[in-house]
Amino acid sequence: MQDGGIDKKRRHFLTAAATVVGGAGVIATAIPFVSTLSPSAKTKAVGGPIEVDISGLKLGERMVEKWRGKPVWILRRSEESLADLSGMTDILRDPESEVEQQPEYAKNEYRSVNPEYLVVIGLCTHLGCSPNYLARNEANDFGADWKGGFFCPCHGSKFDLAGRVYKGVPAPDNLVVPKYQFISKSKILIGDDSVGNGTGASS
Amino acid sequence: MSKLINGGIKLLNNTLGWIDDRFPLTKTWNEHLAQYYAPKNFNFWYYFGSLALLVLVIQIVTGIWLTMNYKPSAEHAFASVEYIMRDVNWGWWIRYMHSTGSSAFFIVIYLHMFRGMMYGSYKRPRELLWLTGMFIYLILMAEAFFGYLLPWGQMSYWGAQVIISLFGAIPFIGPELAEWIRGDYVVSDVTLNRFFSFHVIAVPLVLCGLVGLHIFALHEVGSNNPDGVEIKEHKDANGIPLDGIPFHPYYTVKDIVAVVVFLIFFCLVVFFNPEMGGYFLEHANFIPADPLKTPEHIAPVWYFTPFYAILRAVPDKLLGVVAMGASTLIFMTLPWLDRSPVKSIRYRGWKYRTALTIFVITFISLGWLGMQVATPNVTLASRIFAVIYFLFFLLMPFYTANDTDKPVPDRVT
Amino acid sequence: MKRTIFLFVVALAWLMAGSATSAGHHLYKADVDISDKASLQRGARTFVNYCMGCHSAAYMRYNRMGDDLGIEESILQNNLMFGTDKSGDTMTIAMQKDDAEKFFGTAPPDLSVNARSRGADWLFTYFMTFYRDDSRPFGVNNLAFKDVAMPHVLWELQGIQKPVYKTVQKEDGSQREVIDHLELETPGTLDSDGYQNTVNDLVNFLVYVGEPAQIQRRSVGVIVILYLLVLLVIVYLLKKEFWKDIH
Repeated sequence: MQDGGIDKKRRHFLTAAATVVGGAGVIATAIPFVSTLSPSAKTKAVGGPIEVDISGLKLGERMVEKWRGKPVWILRRSEESLADLSGMTDILRDPESEVEQQPEYAKNEYRSVNPEYLVVIGLCTHLGCSPNYLARNEANDFGADWKGGFFCPCHGSKFDLAGRVYKGVPAPDNLVVPKYQFISKSKILIGDDSVGNGTGASS
Repeated sequence: MSKLINGGIKLLNNTLGWIDDRFPLTKTWNEHLAQYYAPKNFNFWYYFGSLALLVLVIQIVTGIWLTMNYKPSAEHAFASVEYIMRDVNWGWWIRYMHSTGSSAFFIVIYLHMFRGMMYGSYKRPRELLWLTGMFIYLILMAEAFFGYLLPWGQMSYWGAQVIISLFGAIPFIGPELAEWIRGDYVVSDVTLNRFFSFHVIAVPLVLCGLVGLHIFALHEVGSNNPDGVEIKEHKDANGIPLDGIPFHPYYTVKDIVAVVVFLIFFCLVVFFNPEMGGYFLEHANFIPADPLKTPEHIAPVWYFTPFYAILRAVPDKLLGVVAMGASTLIFMTLPWLDRSPVKSIRYRGWKYRTALTIFVITFISLGWLGMQVATPNVTLASRIFAVIYFLFFLLMPFYTANDTDKPVPDRVT
Repeated sequence: MKRTIFLFVVALAWLMAGSATSAGHHLYKADVDISDKASLQRGARTFVNYCMGCHSAAYMRYNRMGDDLGIEESILQNNLMFGTDKSGDTMTIAMQKDDAEKFFGTAPPDLSVNARSRGADWLFTYFMTFYRDDSRPFGVNNLAFKDVAMPHVLWELQGIQKPVYKTVQKEDGSQREVIDHLELETPGTLDSDGYQNTVNDLVNFLVYVGEPAQIQRRSVGVIVILYLLVLLVIVYLLKKEFWKDIH
């Protein structure tokens, strides 16, 4: 101890030590309060992957399943429709799927693991309405050249049979492809691609 | 490098000046912290005011976080609490802090009030300080009462049923009043929802307002101290009390130590014994509320039991309610019952010392008795202690008027 | 002041004294050890196979149980999950509350937090003290829970006990018969120690189910207290340093 005066150095050191150690404690205390807002075990369980049986799906037919509160479409495409896909490049905004709207295994011309089946989230990338499915032969206002696809009634966006967005419509991106895998020839697991993504049915 | 630091300090000072021209920031800091002079002889009993403030903050923060996941309906309340305990990340920790905090609040407040009674902190000119404090205590009891219904366990339900039916004892308006409080013919989902509103919004707002008033009142007259000597009576040439020291840094640094010690005890409970043998989290409350089945033994949470014992001691329902009410409100009259000019127990005569000691024993005994089943012996003991309880106050004008008080020093010791 | 403290301690000591069941029977001590995963696994097996016909544990998630008890997903699915194939689901049962009330007079309660309301010792005593009572609908009664509506589900393991009476004098001079102790009348598939261990494992499991977070709670607690002790030393030195100014 200094004579008469205050040992400023010691005072500063102790204040700094208390601030640092105490501050660490404050941060450590804050972490649970932040972490607690993340999805709970129940949310994760409810939002878990779902199994879909596609054995009854006919050519050109679309089925709708609910996953994480969102519609998921599984569409069985014909050879003809698949052949049409390569000719659409000029009228599409992102024909090569450059924007990350799909997992790696769906970054191909079919935007799917198995070309015969399209799996997409059925929500328009504009403002979230669910588009209608208009098959090739269905009556529509788009002329004789309509190869089949999806039309969003809210603001008129159009998507092809690989979920790719047309040019000149409000929607900016292709439809989202979720994580999924074939767990057998007739079953798709949506929301989980951890085991690997076997293609299931031969193409 | 030092140029950078100097530049930074200059910027801070300029910013501070800009704010001070428009808002009393530095002025408030000085008036209430850096140049607020508190007596230099604060002891152990003087920690509990700031600790109470800490617990209030803990309860509000953990309460807000609990409200994110709690569902205030009869159908979902119990399940939502278990959801918090199991599925929500760190939910169990937030819940235990809130339940422990609730009991900690009352431990701290009782010790805080006891300090006031020991050192005469309710005496002139601090009567309003004492009264605002008493209002905080009453509102806190209401807050705990409303909060306790929320888990919707057996004890929650039946405890609320019993206490609300006490209001039914009031003549003429009783039954309608009880129905109006419940919003239904029995305690139900309707009652739960409104108690949720009171517990989460209405009462905390009032509580914060009262705490603000309490601190304002304190800073107006200045703190008392263990010697009961008014430090403002002896000031130096600059008007600073000779026995005063600035609250910051001396009491900030001292209170931080108290906070850490408190947190050690608090965390020992939260992490190792949150139920506290059924006193902080009652066993019966892990059974969902069942309006058709009354639990064997309905008792309020430990911090209400002294007053509950007094309620049960009186054989008449209405008079029991009156006695219970009186036993809480009578504290408010202390500033006017105490006739001694001496503030601190250190210089009081044997009469007051004895009376206060007996009162503490009485209060704790009544608390214990309130937890027991009402056997004839328990009832007899409760009656005896209830009488002693009231006599402490009612005889005070007499035994404090001519006590063998010692001379009070001029300056603090 | 000293007297106050003394009396307070006396009061506290009384409060800590042992407890009894409502039937007046004293409680046997259960040997609870949540860190014993093998015990918890055995208890889980007993619970799922014997209890879940009637009792749900609707707040307990299968996958949480698997994680905490160290049970791998496929073993969990094959051995402990009968009502669902999603391990994210909770341990609910098919029996409807209204049907249950018709069958048993009162619906078998959900057991998620039963260990917290009854206590481990009570549960242990409960499982140990079923005895033959021909006057009851299911032919059994229980020393911890008088006239319980539940059959002795574990009777095959324990066997059947019979009550042995003794005569006691009442205050007014008359006599009455009370149960002194229970004796094994018909043996079960487990011997006495084996059954006691099975029960202990089951109680251990129920204590875990009552609060799965307790494992994490205690381990975090140790770190927190150690940290606070370190912080205490620092802030105490800080206080002492500043208070050198004050005389």
